[in-house]
Amino acid sequence: MELLSNLGLGFQSALTVQNLLYCLGGVFLGTLIGVLPGLGPIATIAMLLPMTFTLPPESSLIMLAGIYYGAQYGGSTTAILVNLPGEASSVVTALDGHQMARKGRAGVALATAAIGSFAAGTVATVLIAVAAPPLAELALKFGPAEYASLMLLGLVASIVLAHGSLLKAFGMILLGLLLGTLGTDVNSGEQRFTFGEARLADGIGFVVLAMGMFGLGEIIRNLEHESTREAMIKHVSGLWPSKADFKRMLWPILRGTGLGSLLGILPGNGAVLASFSAYSLEKKLSKHPEEFGQGAIEGVAGPESANNAGAQTSFIPMLTLGIPSSPVMALMIGAMIIQGISPGPAVMTEQPQLFWGLIASMWVGNFFLIILNLPLIGLWVKMISVPYHLLFPVILVFCAIGVFSVNNAEYDVWLMAGFGVAGYVFSKLECEPAPMLMAFILGPLMEEYLRRALLLSRGDPLVFLQRPGSLVMLLLAAAAMAVVLLPAIRKKREEAFQEEE
Amino acid sequence: MASTIRNTKDFFSGLLFTAIGSAALVLARDYEMGTLLRMGPGYYPSVLAGGLLLVGLICLVRSFRTDGTPIGRLAWRPLLLVVLPIACFGILIRDAGLVPAIVLLVTVSAYASERFSFKATVPLALGMCVFSWLIFIKGLGLPMQLLGPWFGF
Repeated sequence: MELLSNLGLGFQSALTVQNLLYCLGGVFLGTLIGVLPGLGPIATIAMLLPMTFTLPPESSLIMLAGIYYGAQYGGSTTAILVNLPGEASSVVTALDGHQMARKGRAGVALATAAIGSFAAGTVATVLIAVAAPPLAELALKFGPAEYASLMLLGLVASIVLAHGSLLKAFGMILLGLLLGTLGTDVNSGEQRFTFGEARLADGIGFVVLAMGMFGLGEIIRNLEHESTREAMIKHVSGLWPSKADFKRMLWPILRGTGLGSLLGILPGNGAVLASFSAYSLEKKLSKHPEEFGQGAIEGVAGPESANNAGAQTSFIPMLTLGIPSSPVMALMIGAMIIQGISPGPAVMTEQPQLFWGLIASMWVGNFFLIILNLPLIGLWVKMISVPYHLLFPVILVFCAIGVFSVNNAEYDVWLMAGFGVAGYVFSKLECEPAPMLMAFILGPLMEEYLRRALLLSRGDPLVFLQRPGSLVMLLLAAAAMAVVLLPAIRKKREEAFQEEE
Repeated sequence: MASTIRNTKDFFSGLLFTAIGSAALVLARDYEMGTLLRMGPGYYPSVLAGGLLLVGLICLVRSFRTDGTPIGRLAWRPLLLVVLPIACFGILIRDAGLVPAIVLLVTVSAYASERFSFKATVPLALGMCVFSWLIFIKGLGLPMQLLGPWFGF
């Protein structure tokens, strides 16, 4: 029963008073910022990152993870009450959740989301505890060729999951990879694309890029469409779902959890795909498909569970391989590096306390979410109703201080301003920034592994096909690519993304 | 092939990709290419830049062949009133200190909104100064000064 002793160790470290408080604080702050319309988990975590710098590694990761779940749940709350989804994965929740709210069932919708998330979180936590050790063991056998192929698979997945034009998503990936090469080349020490600027020698900070493209770009876009705000539900009553409600949500929660757990492990932000597919699955299985879009409780329960399960299992590749599967996980890796931990399969054996503590804290965090969110709903409603014209200057101050404090560098603030412009321009051109961000994170790692793999194989590119692990991942990538390029499926994909509009 | 641009979003995306791709390709010529066995610092960026250039060109061609929705006007006012005060924050934070940097950022950016009101903005700016002092300087101990060397501190 190694699993139990591992989890025991984890709970021992997660249940210390200090870590419990940081977990609670993280969940609270995450929800508080996450409910603000137009602020997704990426911007929330990036904004609150400096708060964790001074903490010990364990507490800081536990708090960040708490912020992440909080921000996700906060996003769903906003989606239900105002029909303003803060991020792609809560778009689906808004479909039926907001309809329920308009029919006076806002409380039930919120409770459904909370219960679904908690159930999914519990299952996903156990799943991580079971799956992580064998995966980490497998990862220790990976050579550079496997790592390079795995990253390629991740990039292909993020093209497949991007909205809109595939060609433009591909362009954004290449742009992100190219931006990632900026700075000092690890192998030769040569400065690439720095224009002789010493402050660019270390490359562009991930937080700088994310805050500029997502934070600032988003604010400019919101200000452009300022007058179009939908009616908001201000009174939330009748939180407790009825017996019939419980019966209707049980299976969607279970199915959503299963689907989300599987898709979350996929590189390339599987959590988004999970909530979309859970919604269409429920719609297909339902005896009353016409209710969907009119406030069907299954349409909230399924996607919310899938979303939360996916968010949680996306920690698996991060913890075992040291590879981010989504921009949020990249931020977590950044935080680990700041704390002096190098992410990868070794973390589990070298710092079991931290590893298992983080996993146990996931369950604790989900527990806090459910006991915190329902009683505090009045506070969240107040937060949502803060007018945007008073809100965004505050967000800007947080972004500016946050980015400045990472390296104590004013140069980073200017770079962020530049990426803010870029983010706005790209959104005008309908070029998705998310794949670019993924590519930016994976790029430098991929180059390093690619070069190392070719060095080891004496320059023979066939090494990627000869090693079975690498071959499997390349085949998967090719299959994913082929699938989106086939006309029939391409049409389906467009339909799937259309549903959110 | 038609001679007019039918999809402006694709056209400008293509233009952007092509421009960045060619610029990177030119810059990367200064870095040693190396061989597949021992890749130099220029190998990987050159391949990427070439790919980007290619995607840009395809995008350009496509913009003449398929229809799209127009881009619409750029919202200059929010764009400038968000980006410029952020840049000024970078200039002010060290030498002038946190208070001037925040006051300038809040008051100028608030003007980007159509619902700007002077009465609400002043307390907001002052409130943010107090809040940031409490959280970031007192609470987290970040090395920032309220008023910097410009004010003789």
